[in-house]
Amino acid sequence: MNEFLSQIDWEGMGVAIQETLYMTIVSLIIAVIIGYALGIILYLTKEDGLYPNKVINKILDFIVNLFRSIPFIILILLMIPITYFILGTMLGATAALPALIISSAPFYARMCMVAFNEVDKGTIEASKAMGASTYQIMTKVLFPEAKPALISSMTVMGVSLVGYTAMAGCIGAGGLGYFAYTYGAVRDNMTIMYTATFLILVIVFIIQGIGDYVVRKVDKR
Amino acid sequence: MIELKHITKIFHTQKGDIKACQDVNLTIQNGEIFGVIGYSGAGKSTLVRIINQLETQTSGDVIIDGENISQLSASALRFKRMKIGMIFQHFNLLWSRTVQKNIELPLEIAGLDKETRKQKAKELIELVGLQGRENAYPSELSGGQKQRVGIARALANDPTILLCDEATSALDPDTTEQILDLLKTINKQLGITIVMITHQMEVVQKICHRIAVMSDGYVVEEGSVKDIFEHPNHEITKRFVRDIASKVDDDKMNEDLKKIYPNGILLRLTFDEEISRLPIVSKVIKETDLQISIVSGNLTNTIDSSFGVLIVNILGGDEQSYADIIQKFKDYKVIVEVI
Repeated sequence: MNEFLSQIDWEGMGVAIQETLYMTIVSLIIAVIIGYALGIILYLTKEDGLYPNKVINKILDFIVNLFRSIPFIILILLMIPITYFILGTMLGATAALPALIISSAPFYARMCMVAFNEVDKGTIEASKAMGASTYQIMTKVLFPEAKPALISSMTVMGVSLVGYTAMAGCIGAGGLGYFAYTYGAVRDNMTIMYTATFLILVIVFIIQGIGDYVVRKVDKR
Repeated sequence: MIELKHITKIFHTQKGDIKACQDVNLTIQNGEIFGVIGYSGAGKSTLVRIINQLETQTSGDVIIDGENISQLSASALRFKRMKIGMIFQHFNLLWSRTVQKNIELPLEIAGLDKETRKQKAKELIELVGLQGRENAYPSELSGGQKQRVGIARALANDPTILLCDEATSALDPDTTEQILDLLKTINKQLGITIVMITHQMEVVQKICHRIAVMSDGYVVEEGSVKDIFEHPNHEITKRFVRDIASKVDDDKMNEDLKKIYPNGILLRLTFDEEISRLPIVSKVIKETDLQISIVSGNLTNTIDSSFGVLIVNILGGDEQSYADIIQKFKDYKVIVEVI
């Protein structure tokens, strides 16, 4: 056991965990904010929405679909010049953020739209009949009623972001994926591979666990 | 007073235009319980939504207490809507809020402070009889309780009008009865005008003062419940009245009766209010040699009157004597229909 553990550079592993968490959490937060905004616009502007606008809806829908369709590993390569322009480097955890956000925000926008669409139209109608403004409908009806779906899709996105960070790791973003690749795969050290994989799984399970718990708490249906 | 003037609503769909309302003219008095009855697709749900402008009419005017609400600005319309409560077939409660918070929602929308909201919600919970369930979530309530929450919520901002869109259609008969009683009480206590949309004749029969019958977007008949029940003119109305009188498809029932009573003639006698308590049948029996046997009977009570339907089989005579007996019933002002 000692021999097994001594093969690992624990200090490096610690840094890798931090980097993975940093990339996941920061990109999750920013992607959720952007995704919310896009999701609301998509929901409001749809044909039978509260502010129907075909042009905006179609354009946004196209952009969202476009970025959702590009495979992440390709997107991260396409993003290199932009990342370099913004951050002056293409290496390190922060450099992975633009690609992570751009790939996950449209995904979350779509999930938000689905969540809002699933809110009972009757409750929206009822609140209109009560004299609610669009802003009141959104804050008092739409968000609270869509909350479980919004949180569970946040969970799904968090889990897939952990996977994306590992991919980003392979091209120099750091984190557990990078650690597993450079010290495990390249140097043929299976111990490091397994340990890194195990740690990624732990992070995924924790995210999933928290998400499920919160959904159970807020869902009163 | 709600005045609907030449209301027409056309939905443009890919399959062509749907005329949901066609030149509808109705006047609903303050404090009245007004029923709009029709089969699904008749346009009654659209009509009720035009009253609070959830749907905007293609042409025509909606005038509430002298104010043309089709011409109101968006914010003025929102204030107007606060004074028009609405309840729904599927209740449309927010599952994320407790009973109390659901009832407080319209008060939040109206911008009332927390204390006032709490106080008002408490009164409403008592009014609809949901004491002790304040902190329950809708998922923990029965259908009848949910509709009570819906009613309390609709009454929160002291509206002068309550719109009911198939409010009892998702409820069982007992619960329907209770909800109707509650609506009747509210109408009496608060003097609120109630507009009820329904496809259930027993609903309008039980609580409505006046009704309009809708078919294919048109109002085909309008009047007091008593008049409509006793003298239905339009085919649709007759179907509704028959539905309630016999609860069976009439043609089929007639066929069945003829098979069971192949001899003599079968008559459907309708006794309206004034004569329903007179011993007409026994008088006619005494005046004739024919044999009369009663096949079925039904007495229907509306809010302000009652009328009876009696089906009789008459035996032992010829054409002439049958014609005589029919005339005798008619002399007593009985409405006679030969089956």
